Amino acid sequence: MNDATTTLTRETAPVPATLESPDERRRRIRMGVLALVLAGIGVLLAAFTAPETVTFALSGQLADSPLSAIKLPALPVALALAACTVAVALAHLLRGLSGRLGVLLWAVFGLAFVVTFLCWAAAGKTFPLTNQLQGTLNLATPLILGALAGVLCERAGVINVAIEGQFLAGAFAAAVLATVTGSLLAGVVAAVLAGVLIAAMLAVFAIRYRVNQVVLGVVLVVFASGITGFLFDQFVKGESAKFNNPGVMSAVPIPVLSSIPVIGETFFRQTLLVYTMYAAVAIVTFVLFKTRWGLRVRAVGEHPRAADTVGIKVLRVRYQAVLAGGVVAGLGGAFFTVGFTGGFDKDLTAGQGFIALAALIMGRWHPLGATIAALFFGFTQQLQGQLQIIETPIPSELLIMAPYLATVVAVAGLVGRVRAPKADGEPYVKG
Amino acid sequence: MKLELRGLTKRFGSLVANDHIDLTVESGEIHCLLGENGAGKSTLMNVLYGLLQPDEGSVLLDGEPLTCTSPGAAIAAGIGMVHQHFMLVPVFTVAENVMLGRERTRGLGVLDQRAARTLVRELSERYGLAVDPDARVEDIPVGVQQRVEILKALANEAKVLILDEPTAVLTPQEIDELIEVMRALKRNGTSVIFITHKLKEVRAIADRITVIRRGKVVATVAPDTSESELAELMVGRPVQLQVDKRAGTNLGGAKLAVEGLDVVDPQGFLAVDGVSFEVRGGEILGIAGVQGNGQTELVEALMGLTAAASGSVKLGGRELVGAGPREHLEAGIGYIPEDRSHDGYVGTFSVAENLILDLHSRAPFSRNGTLSPAAIRANAAQRVEEFDVRTQSVETEVSALSGGNQQKVVLARELSRPLELLIAAQPTRGLDVGSIEFVHNRIVRERDQGTAVLIVSTELEEIVALSDRIAVMYRGRIVGIVGPDTSWDQLGCMMAGIPPEEAAQQAEENPTVLGALEDAHE
Repeated sequence: MNDATTTLTRETAPVPATLESPDERRRRIRMGVLALVLAGIGVLLAAFTAPETVTFALSGQLADSPLSAIKLPALPVALALAACTVAVALAHLLRGLSGRLGVLLWAVFGLAFVVTFLCWAAAGKTFPLTNQLQGTLNLATPLILGALAGVLCERAGVINVAIEGQFLAGAFAAAVLATVTGSLLAGVVAAVLAGVLIAAMLAVFAIRYRVNQVVLGVVLVVFASGITGFLFDQFVKGESAKFNNPGVMSAVPIPVLSSIPVIGETFFRQTLLVYTMYAAVAIVTFVLFKTRWGLRVRAVGEHPRAADTVGIKVLRVRYQAVLAGGVVAGLGGAFFTVGFTGGFDKDLTAGQGFIALAALIMGRWHPLGATIAALFFGFTQQLQGQLQIIETPIPSELLIMAPYLATVVAVAGLVGRVRAPKADGEPYVKG
Repeated sequence: MKLELRGLTKRFGSLVANDHIDLTVESGEIHCLLGENGAGKSTLMNVLYGLLQPDEGSVLLDGEPLTCTSPGAAIAAGIGMVHQHFMLVPVFTVAENVMLGRERTRGLGVLDQRAARTLVRELSERYGLAVDPDARVEDIPVGVQQRVEILKALANEAKVLILDEPTAVLTPQEIDELIEVMRALKRNGTSVIFITHKLKEVRAIADRITVIRRGKVVATVAPDTSESELAELMVGRPVQLQVDKRAGTNLGGAKLAVEGLDVVDPQGFLAVDGVSFEVRGGEILGIAGVQGNGQTELVEALMGLTAAASGSVKLGGRELVGAGPREHLEAGIGYIPEDRSHDGYVGTFSVAENLILDLHSRAPFSRNGTLSPAAIRANAAQRVEEFDVRTQSVETEVSALSGGNQQKVVLARELSRPLELLIAAQPTRGLDVGSIEFVHNRIVRERDQGTAVLIVSTELEEIVALSDRIAVMYRGRIVGIVGPDTSWDQLGCMMAGIPPEEAAQQAEENPTVLGALEDAHE
């Protein structure tokens, strides 16, 4: 046996150095140029910033504390921060940012750009910062739940484009059932069941009948939109008091945590649904990466045949994951009605399910990544609303477009390499 | 554990993949299942492992009838399998792969990662299979991945272990290690079923050999049966084992000159690292190496399918780096890709259409942007005749042909132009013996007409049989270029990255079982 010699030479043999592949180089340059364009816009905005004071209000109108606020001289702050964004963009373009430092610098880039923008837009005015945070969380809650649902499905190898449909079904079921029974909890349960129902249709057609999953997802969205719209028009609309008046869940402040200034009020004076969302993020992450079931879900999403050969029932695990996703998506749907607006309206989810899908991709199929991406999308959407209110010089149509533009940029793979589960979207056929 | 198959039959439509197979594997026996590609070996094992259900017949384990409707049932019965294409999840660690399907938990379904690691360490010590439980499978070499596959089966306490073509991805030295592992298992009372189409291994390893041809058991013989006898049993007619290859007489000047070629793969690794070599007209240069050492990337760069990061490729003095595939073809390069169904032909196109894929835009096959069916058919009829493509008609879809005939279509297309250089990557992968002979002879004939030929193969036997010079690749570099009479063991050491002189010395000191057989044969 020459085991020893082979092993020895194996270890001392030269390991090829990691270089930048042409693909990576192209991606870095593309991303660098994009960042530079953004930074350029920042510089332009800073240059046109009025030399006045910008005020960031730190508490909402409802808070009992006296109005506190941060006051900054808009012009110098904007110029300084714009310079920061240019520096980060150039650093990436020339050297490439990666690792922890890279993440930190991109966070600085994002924050600097947003504040520059706000200095320009709100110079001489008051920007309600607490409202911004509160709104971000409200908008992001269903996005996060939807993206988690997507993570569960796609990690198991089933593409879920039907999140929007699950939202609509959940929102409708929650509104009607909560009104009829007079119990918001019953509404939430109904929403979960509705989400599972759409998930079951997705599962049966995708797993059992191997229908193209993207087409199937879109069909399910159209189906959910049609059926909820029909039921709404026929039965609910005329008798809102009887069927569509669920009310909104009330906020339950968490002792101690809710009295932290600024953050406490935003994150810990919330409805049970929002707390459920926090729990869902933790649970989905834990289950996927620390439990037996999670290991099997990831295995069937990456290499179903390998899972099959060690005795795992591939199709069963996929059904389970898709249905579990349905539970989470249904909760997201419930938030639209009983958690936020207090009533159903036709297509009230307005494409948020697709944004959740984008968050899932931008978050690279990881529950925490998806959560961060969903928060980002929630932030841009809320910002657009705020800016309309404080009357900035930008046409509101352009602002409404911004979150979607950010989505396209994200999904187009401009933000680093995106690696889906290997068997995502591929039906498993035995033998 | 004693395993018996009685009258096992498996049909796919009208095709009988296994026809009343009888097979007995004694406890602690290494039993080889020898047969050509497509003879039905893998189908038989998939039936045994519960992946497929038999149409007739029964399986007995220690005299007890066994019905496996799923791999889970087979595992529970003590049957383990190492698949030809590894059944490992690349993004999982070794420990995760080993525990998958039999996870130990600490209540509430929470994985016990520590127990899994301990199990991997224990098993790898007991059987001498060194692996790091925390390494990610996609980061470890194929030889080690195979060990993980074996560990998986051992972790399930397999009493019957099926190894499906386990040597395809190994160097001769690694094959030796595998043989040691198999013997350790045998001492433990484990029965081993070893599936292969390689005659030499069978004789080195087996206690008994069962030969399968076209789904039927032809004979069960002892390992001292001669190679030519085994080959005849396997193919059903006398086979010429050696390629009829006299040294090239038409040797010309250097046609292909590659200088300092670097290729970076999508992961950012230097897949081809400063490769330089020359191929002369009328010469076959063989590139040997274990799969995944940069051969694929090298060939793609030579064809202009992947951009080279730096270096130069000159054909007849003309620089080709930066040119696209069409310019490479027009410069006179014929290309037989390693994955023919992916890169070699369009499965849903007819034989005739596939034969003009690269020439369809030229006269006589098209005029003013319109195809000329008559010319295309005439061309096809001629090629099919010349290359002995067995097809119902030239209008038959290529996907309906057998692997050997598909490859002949690719070969016919590529050799129908006057060539300066022929690049053949894994030209006989998955082919039956008859087709292998045909492909080899055509390649040699092309060389004799003065074409420079570059062959890339992971089958050392093929390289040694065809090459006038052999270059060995390891981790993107050329370890050395040696003559055709270099010993198997030396080539094997070079395939593990050892430079030629040192490899020769080591090979002398540590002869392997297969190497000894091969060199005695020559």
